[in-house]
Amino acid sequence: MLKFIVMRLLWMIPSLFAVSFLAFVLIQLPPGDFVTTYIATLASSNEVVDQNTAAQLRERFGLDQPMLVQYLKWIWGIVTSGDFGISFEWQQPVSGLIWERMALTLVLAVASLLATWAIALPIGVYSAVKKYSIGDYAFTAFTFFGLSIPSFLLALVLMYVAAVEFGQDVGGLFSPEYETASWSIGKMLDLLAHLWLPVAILAVSSTASLIRVMRANMLDELPKPYVTTARAKGLSEFRLLTKYPLRIALNPFISTIAWLLPNLISGSVVVAIVLNLPTAAPLLLQSLMAQDMYLAGAFVLLICALTLIGSLISDILLALVDPRIRLE
Amino acid sequence: MTDILTITPRKPLLEVKNLVTEFPLRTGIFKAVDDLSFSIEPGKTLCVVGESGSGKSVTARSILQIIDAPGRIASGSIVLNRQDGTSLDLAKLDPRGRAIRSVRGRDIAMIFQEPMSSLSPVHTVGDQITEVLRLHLNMSKAEARKEAISLLRQVEIPNPDKAIDRYAFQYSGGMRQRAMIAMALACKPQLLIADEPTTALDVTTQAEILDLISRLQKAHGMAVLFITHDMGVVAQIADDVLVMHHGVAKEYGPVDEIFHSPQDPYTRMLIGSVLKLEQKAEIRLARPPLDTSAEPILDIRGLSMQFGDMKALDEVSISLLPGETLGIVGESGSGKTTMGRSIMRLYDPSAGEIRYRRADGKTIDLARIDGAELKAARRELRMVFQDPFGSLNPRMTVSQVIGEPLLVNGIAKGKELDERVCHLMEQVGLDPATRERYPHAFSGGQRQRIGIARAITLNPRVIVADEATSALDVSVRFQVLDLLMRLQDQLGLAYIFISHDIGVIRYMCDRVGVMYRGKLVEVGEADKVCNAPDHAYTQALISAIPRPDPRDRDRSRRFRYVEPTAASMAVITNGGAAR
Repeated sequence: MLKFIVMRLLWMIPSLFAVSFLAFVLIQLPPGDFVTTYIATLASSNEVVDQNTAAQLRERFGLDQPMLVQYLKWIWGIVTSGDFGISFEWQQPVSGLIWERMALTLVLAVASLLATWAIALPIGVYSAVKKYSIGDYAFTAFTFFGLSIPSFLLALVLMYVAAVEFGQDVGGLFSPEYETASWSIGKMLDLLAHLWLPVAILAVSSTASLIRVMRANMLDELPKPYVTTARAKGLSEFRLLTKYPLRIALNPFISTIAWLLPNLISGSVVVAIVLNLPTAAPLLLQSLMAQDMYLAGAFVLLICALTLIGSLISDILLALVDPRIRLE
Repeated sequence: MTDILTITPRKPLLEVKNLVTEFPLRTGIFKAVDDLSFSIEPGKTLCVVGESGSGKSVTARSILQIIDAPGRIASGSIVLNRQDGTSLDLAKLDPRGRAIRSVRGRDIAMIFQEPMSSLSPVHTVGDQITEVLRLHLNMSKAEARKEAISLLRQVEIPNPDKAIDRYAFQYSGGMRQRAMIAMALACKPQLLIADEPTTALDVTTQAEILDLISRLQKAHGMAVLFITHDMGVVAQIADDVLVMHHGVAKEYGPVDEIFHSPQDPYTRMLIGSVLKLEQKAEIRLARPPLDTSAEPILDIRGLSMQFGDMKALDEVSISLLPGETLGIVGESGSGKTTMGRSIMRLYDPSAGEIRYRRADGKTIDLARIDGAELKAARRELRMVFQDPFGSLNPRMTVSQVIGEPLLVNGIAKGKELDERVCHLMEQVGLDPATRERYPHAFSGGQRQRIGIARAITLNPRVIVADEATSALDVSVRFQVLDLLMRLQDQLGLAYIFISHDIGVIRYMCDRVGVMYRGKLVEVGEADKVCNAPDHAYTQALISAIPRPDPRDRDRSRRFRYVEPTAASMAVITNGGAAR
């Protein structure tokens, strides 16, 4: 087991290099670079930039060098000093921009994940145990409703209702007075007051699919002979359900941790933009559109690292909870 | 056993009266058990026999009210007379209520057919045994653990104090069923319901488990309701027998009466089918003797197959004559299936030769060839599989299944293909009008016929049948065996017939090879090997087969084969060398 973990960790190193290089190339693939985008932005506000200034800008940003050199410089900075480069657009170190937003992203992601699981798992189990009951049909209907409604639409509707009917301050994660304030009890409460809306929106769409998965997993396990054995022993229905089929039906969820982590960054872009949330996703989108390559590259690298770490975590957890994997 | 009978009043332990268990379906109500009455005396064994779909399992589950949804007990009574004099009608209880739950596992316990899937894959065996003890006897964790170890010792599991912390998948098949029995006996129930507990086991393991159950039964004065489709087992263990067919009791009486003066034609058919396996098939008796001077169609020499550290096949040498049926018998894990698959080149053998004589007289080594040559050879060597459900693609119609070999080999298509398929279906006794249906519309026996039709589609010369009839009911088994023999006469096929069932081998085969741990320990004429085997392992195997006669219950003649030292082994293998 230990050998397996070490091997996996070692494998992560070349994978990360390969992926970061690929990401770097991909970001540069569209015609033009940040300067082109920058000039275009200026041109739209009737400012004209001559060729000389453009060349100067390119030189300053190091964009005139071959791509490989740019990549090596960038990756060298990360490996040696944790320096992810400078964001062209924000004129700030990338690391400062990213970590500020990552913390809030994490809060939002964990909150919506917990909300999703807390709603979906019990409903999924109920739907499976009471298959084709009225309750099952009701939840199924709700499920497909949640699955098919676009989350940005739900965001708009909820924002409208909250703002117009209840006079709530919606959009963002803080009220204006706390936006730049340092952390305090008041700011925490303010965050909680704002958090419910994005959490609810994100939970509705993912709850739906999770209920279906949980229901299907349970339906696979319920007719298994070991459930009958447990019943024949005289266990109560609740005890046998939670001890045997539920335990095994949860295994596939552990596998999904692998793609939950990268979702922290790239997921929920649309909702974050509609609700004007200060999370990582809108920043990633913006950096890609502006060809702000060090910022975008840092995000892509982070996503990849989280994917790899996530799959390692789920593999280790699976081995811990399932003796068949651990011992065979 | 007689002491117990004198102590307890002559009141049956369990009285089932006019039991009806039904399953509401879309098309109406299906009665899985219809007006069934029987009773079980304390300390006695009642065997319920019947083929698949006879309702015997549903009967057992009705007693504990653990019928799979949407089944329910519609009427009738199941009265349990406890030792303390109280009586309880189980049929009236709420299936989820406290009252029935206190009966389950404590007064009446149950063991099942598939010990692997009947135990949780992610909990230790000990966890599952202590659970019952803690539930019904309110034991502390430490007490329950101690008791569980003692139970595992009673069912003869080696090193019980270590085995208790292992998982089911770390046990062998026989040990799993022992663990199940330990779990069932934890609270010393008055009645043990055993639902086909030995069907998934080898004959030698089956014999040991049956011995174990009857020993524990005597020790605890426990009654046993034993469900099986195997008349041999019934003859060996039953006091009373209930024969079921389509949910109805066909015959109910003492075992001796059932076997020696059966009244019902269905019972007679069941017993007849077992007795039939005691001798050669009529079709084979009518045949002229096999030409033994012919060149063998398959000549296997020194075939070995290594899986990691495990030698699944160890220098196996055997030959197959044209038109011959060669049986390969052995327990699970003996390498018989590996051998069949190696011949088909589904596996690449690690060493040895499989020399196949083609129709033009040229010999090729199947272990070496590949590409077009292997493809050509596979047209002439075909396979029939064990599981008639798993081996047919549920999304293909029967005509697609049967016609596929013709289509992929570019032999026929369109109308010609359709005609060939119709003809093949007639050959295997299926109605060609049903060819556009999907496999689920067919019964097990019919599906196996489809598998056979698929195998003979390309006019093969050799068919490897791997446990081709094991999953079938006895009454259907003969039809399929007879069909195979008829096709052999019509098409001049040679069969390699892999089976764990000596009876089927005796009925079907000319010669038999006995496999044990990857080695071929004995080869000889079927009559000789089945009736007077030379090798000690074969003798042990034959001794473990339950005789279908309740008057012949001598357990002492059974013995377990212990592998002798290398030196004595060599003598035996040389003595029974391949022809």
